[in-house]
Amino acid sequence: MRYIIFLIALWLPVSSFAQGWEDQQSFGEPNQAQLRILSSTDTSFFAPIIEDFLASSPDISVEYLVTGTADIDRLYRAAPDEFDVVISSAMDLQLKLVNDGFSAPVMNIDHPEWAQWNNSLFAFTSEPAAIVLNRQAFKQIHVPSSRQDLIQLMRDHPDHFQGRVGTYDVRQSGLGYLFATQDARATETYWRLTEVMGRVGARLYCCSGQMINDLRTGKLIIAYNVLGSYAKAQAENSDDLIIILPSEFPTTMMRTILVSAAAPAPQHANNFVRHLLKLQSIGDPLTFPLPPLSRSQDFQNLRTINLDPALMTYLDQMKRAAFIREWEDAIVQEK
Amino acid sequence: MTPDVVVSGSLRNRLALILTGGAALLAVVLFIVVRVLAAQVAQQGQDNILKASMSSVLDTAAIRDGRVTLDFPYSSLSMLNTEADDRVFYAIYEDNTLLSGYDWLTSPRDVAPENTIFKNTTLKGEVLRVASGARTLIGSNGPRNVFVSVAQTQDALSNTLNAISRNVAFLGLGFFAMSSALAIWAASTTSRQMRRLTSSVTRRGPQDLSRFTKPVPSEMAPLVASLNTFMLRLDHSLTQSEEFIAEAAHRIRTPLATVRSHAEATLQRVDRDENRTSLQAMVRAIDESSRAAGQLLDHAMVTFRAGNLEMVQVDLADLLHELVQSMTPVAEMKDITMTMELERPATLQGDAILLQNALRNLIDNALKYAPAETGVIIKASNSPTLSVSIYDDGPGFAVDEIETLSGRFVRGKDMGNTIGSGLGLTIAQEVIVAHNGSMALTNREEGGACVTLSF
Ligand SMILES: Nc1ncnc2c1ncn2[C@@H]1O[C@H](COP(=O)(O)OP(=O)(O)O)[C@@H](O)[C@H]1O
Ligand SMILES: [Mg+2]
Repeated sequence: MRYIIFLIALWLPVSSFAQGWEDQQSFGEPNQAQLRILSSTDTSFFAPIIEDFLASSPDISVEYLVTGTADIDRLYRAAPDEFDVVISSAMDLQLKLVNDGFSAPVMNIDHPEWAQWNNSLFAFTSEPAAIVLNRQAFKQIHVPSSRQDLIQLMRDHPDHFQGRVGTYDVRQSGLGYLFATQDARATETYWRLTEVMGRVGARLYCCSGQMINDLRTGKLIIAYNVLGSYAKAQAENSDDLIIILPSEFPTTMMRTILVSAAAPAPQHANNFVRHLLKLQSIGDPLTFPLPPLSRSQDFQNLRTINLDPALMTYLDQMKRAAFIREWEDAIVQEK
Repeated sequence: MTPDVVVSGSLRNRLALILTGGAALLAVVLFIVVRVLAAQVAQQGQDNILKASMSSVLDTAAIRDGRVTLDFPYSSLSMLNTEADDRVFYAIYEDNTLLSGYDWLTSPRDVAPENTIFKNTTLKGEVLRVASGARTLIGSNGPRNVFVSVAQTQDALSNTLNAISRNVAFLGLGFFAMSSALAIWAASTTSRQMRRLTSSVTRRGPQDLSRFTKPVPSEMAPLVASLNTFMLRLDHSLTQSEEFIAEAAHRIRTPLATVRSHAEATLQRVDRDENRTSLQAMVRAIDESSRAAGQLLDHAMVTFRAGNLEMVQVDLADLLHELVQSMTPVAEMKDITMTMELERPATLQGDAILLQNALRNLIDNALKYAPAETGVIIKASNSPTLSVSIYDDGPGFAVDEIETLSGRFVRGKDMGNTIGSGLGLTIAQEVIVAHNGSMALTNREEGGACVTLSF
């Protein structure tokens, strides 16, 4: 019984988001062949890329539609012929789309083997999940460097943290779910951390952007598993924020792109993917403002999530229900 | 030698063809067998992994709060990761209810616990390999059956197979090339034995009719054996004909000589002129017959010997000297002086008996057709080539007959009562041809005939 309730609870917020886009922008002259991009990445990051692309193919226009990762999966599965390109940070959902035959291959691309799957899914960023905190709130207490450290800190100062800790609502955010499951797979610490966050009344968010906003206003003093790239963009404007990559291991996600198997403009979509991957390999921050792919020695234990069919493990209905039940037990502390 | 032999195919080619054809066939068989085995092994490999994956999912089946749950580990699907990024599908059923996974992937219901069923199915034209297994859980209200199927595309498998096929194709080609080289080598070694026998037959002297004694391969033994018997028979019949010719010459000449000596003796005793005249005519006729018989036999001998010359070192100068000496009496009867102009050395490889015969006939002609009290010149010169010329002061050859005179039994038309058989020039011609030389009949400017033999 409880199981079914959870499933319904899972669907409600998703469907209510379906009506509007987080952002919707058009590039290039109207009344031309249109490339529709469904994406979870903020427009600000993609605008330079699209403009560079349009400079080389001026005969098309681009419509850039932004929504959450879970939404993308739902919308795209429902109407794959309405979009040409799908970009998402939820690697698991993207891989499952490819596995289920929703993508068209882009052949003969010079791209590292570990950053592509089935000639259809191409990773183009490496972004660690970070702990972001508000500098003001850490004047008296020390800045945590690891998950273990953070647990200890919240246990020692529960009043300081009460209601001011944020993390993803894994029920709403595909990326949040991916980070949570990968964390849980890697270490037991995750469950203890979740439990402690639950005890100090953690706030749950759908997206990184909102969490970072609340951090800056001081509504939150710390957020766990925020996208480092988004936080960095904000941190550059103000020195309020401190970005920490957990020293045990930062879980690192790769943003991926695929061409729809039912794309209305398959050739343009194909060209766009090639163009994006080319910009990525050039890595000029002016045309490619996202963190490029890296398997480097930047972090000793950099834990990049692999493009591997095992990503579908936690998308299994039974496993997802079980995971969310456990997660809710830990974080939603209804008294 | 080959032109007059009817040739049909070649042993070497046939052998090479059979061997290379066999090698090609073997190479193809090798390719097919290895390809089939590789396909089996590769499929076995995929099946093993699919089975491991399926079992690891099935193993986690448990009844919790009255429902069947499967909390399968990350590794269940991770182990299906391939180089070619094969796509992965699974379905988990409790009896006929889909618990999770892909609903179109139905699990067979007839799979016994602890058993795995493998089968192929297709998804939009792509082949999927499916491993299915089952487990029975005992719950509070009876047994509950869990079915799990795990499926995977076959991209990596076909990549592996293609790589193997390529390698095996190269292997097959290499095998074929090596076998072909071997075949050609074997064929040519075999035919070398044949060639060796052929050349030892060709190299033999004309007189050599002895047995072949060099060892030959057993397959060629019957051929060599019959060749040997043939040689033996040939040798036998040759000896017989030689003996026959000698015998015939003897049989004809001896009685003629006897008749002649009787006639001569009688000539001494008769006085009457008419009797003497007829006796003299008789002697002349006997001479003529004996001479004709001699020439006939000479011709027969020349014909016979020309086929197998008995080559020795011959000094033409010595030979001519002897001949002139033995013929001086005949010349003196006609008051003809024979002059010799012999250049030395004048040696050659040749059949002395035949050469003597030819030259005798030519000198004989000169003495016969030259008028009395003239001279005959016998010349041997060794440059530019070795040649012998005989000049006389007779009437010379009739110009319109020169071409035909050396034919058998052909005589000049205006020869009057000079006796002759028409074989002299024929013999000379046959001998010189057998010695790879030529005979030229010419007339001298100052009159008279000139016959030249050039070697
Ligand atoms: N020295 C020669 N001078 C003139 N004619 C010759 C001479 N030698 C040969 N002949 C001609 O060639 C013919 C053929 O010669 P040959 O074969 O020797 O036959 P035969 O001498 O028995 O007639 C002779 O009949 C003769 O007409
Ligand atoms: Mg004569």
